[in-house]
Amino acid sequence: MNSTVTAANEKTVIPRQKYHLGKRMFRDRYLYLLALPGLLFFLILKFVPMGGIVIAFQNYSHYIGILKSPWVGFDHFIRLFTGDQFWLLLRNTMAISLLNLFFFFPLPIIISLLLNELRSNRYKRVIQTIIYLPHFLSWVIIVSLTFLMLSVSQGVINQVIEMAGYDKYPFLTEPKIFWLMLTLQSIWKDAGWGTIIFLAAMASVDPQLYEAAKMDGAGRLRSMWHVTLPAIRNVVVILFILQLGNIMDVGFEQVFLMGNGAVSNVAEVFETYVYRMGIQQGQFSFSTAVGLFKSAIGLILVVMANYMSKKMGEEGVF
Amino acid sequence: MRENLGDRVFNAANITFLAVVAIVTLFPIYYVVVVSFSDPTDYLQRKLVLFPTKWSFASYEYLLNNKSFMRSIGNSLFLATVGTACSLMVTASLAYAISRKRLAGRKIILFLILFTILFNPGIIPNYLVVKELGFLNSTWSLIVPSLSAGWFVILMKSFFDNIPDALEEAAKIDGCNDLTVFARIIIPLALPAIAAFGLFYAVMYWNMYFNALLYLNDYQKWPIQLVLQNIISDSAAGALMEDRLTQQPPPSEMLKMAAVVIAVTPILCVYPLLQKHFAKGVMVGSVKG
Repeated sequence: MNSTVTAANEKTVIPRQKYHLGKRMFRDRYLYLLALPGLLFFLILKFVPMGGIVIAFQNYSHYIGILKSPWVGFDHFIRLFTGDQFWLLLRNTMAISLLNLFFFFPLPIIISLLLNELRSNRYKRVIQTIIYLPHFLSWVIIVSLTFLMLSVSQGVINQVIEMAGYDKYPFLTEPKIFWLMLTLQSIWKDAGWGTIIFLAAMASVDPQLYEAAKMDGAGRLRSMWHVTLPAIRNVVVILFILQLGNIMDVGFEQVFLMGNGAVSNVAEVFETYVYRMGIQQGQFSFSTAVGLFKSAIGLILVVMANYMSKKMGEEGVF
Repeated sequence: MRENLGDRVFNAANITFLAVVAIVTLFPIYYVVVVSFSDPTDYLQRKLVLFPTKWSFASYEYLLNNKSFMRSIGNSLFLATVGTACSLMVTASLAYAISRKRLAGRKIILFLILFTILFNPGIIPNYLVVKELGFLNSTWSLIVPSLSAGWFVILMKSFFDNIPDALEEAAKIDGCNDLTVFARIIIPLALPAIAAFGLFYAVMYWNMYFNALLYLNDYQKWPIQLVLQNIISDSAAGALMEDRLTQQPPPSEMLKMAAVVIAVTPILCVYPLLQKHFAKGVMVGSVKG
């Protein structure tokens, strides 16, 4: 209904293309005025920094300025790729992302399947209300809670372990389980939140399909497998591909806040490295190069992921 | 409807499993609330408090009398109100303008905004721009870079898309221009949606940590998240000790837990409102773009 009204309007009331560009822009001057603050924001705070990446190819010095700083070509990138740090950064980033992909990704699907099978709508709502909550807590709070639960000196879990007569376990300073701790944290924060999108897809399944499956003798598990899962297949595929596209992003705040001296070898990823080299040590050009490498790979991966998603007959994201 | 044994077992297992998930989610929050409200001496004796036998507000009294802690709460409340208002104005007016199909250049603007979502130039160029603008070490360094974001503009635009042109045409015949149409017709019409976006912005500002870490050296301007992190990590005991009271402070764990509870409380307060709105937002955001 709405769309027909708007379409009719466009033809009758506002004949597009009939005016010259200048006239149209003058006619819409107040719309441009409305857009102006936002456009200035995007120009200055999003696009000027994109121009700023030229310092990755310079030896930028604050005193000389961008225009006069000497050009060094790809020196900073060569330093990044030949340095010892590079493989460490890549390994840590990949490990954290892949653990997320394998352990975190399936959970929202499983939880939403189970929620969908609940008979009581009230119980379902209560569970949903509880498991969505952590999504809105900041990483500082989540890391604080982790510390208060798991630290050796103050963590409640370790107090329970000690009461039971075992040795305390250094959950937060043991490099072997550091990546796993990050995955568990992400699960606690966002596995519940992730169910929203699957539940929405399940809500659109025709109840008659379940009736038919039951007539054919399918039990609960079989109708979950043959009716519910196919209904959310599209969403699963899109989200999985998107996750693959975001594989370079591990989230600065979580890794930075969880890091400490004992785990520094497994807790250094591209973002934290850029922060340490750039902000803390003032190597602006080198750290910009590191950041640019990460962003460029990220952009390529996301565009590829979107292309793949369309190729497989699914809707792309852009 | 009769259910067979397999169904009943499945239901029971399902209900139990989801209850465990809910308990695992709630337990850390429950535990810090309980300990932060228990009596310090009682806590030191028993160590493990799952239900307080003696209630006490000692930790809260200590924190609420602490100048730097209270100042950081004030800073964050300022961000969550003034910052949210500024962000909403900038984002809503831009989103409305580019939702009008007659606007010349809207496709280009949309593409550029989408590009900012896909490509982030990285921490350092952003930092240098904020520095050149002279916002370093000022509260504006937390607000100005967060005035808008690609996702917010696109989500809001897709909301404004549903407002038919006919409405504004009627108003224009009555002598309104685009500015007055926006102020008198569109905003009142879109108020529930704008309020929902405002909530999300407010939560973002309250949770802001990274930008503060990057741009603010002056601890007097720190938001709650940065102060909380310092309290938890003990690295800067100074964060709390600026005006140490003469009385014996409660055990540090209890102070930490009380600080966490205070930092979570505003989120819990707006959570019921958030929950009403977010399902729709997520759907639009993650499927349609």
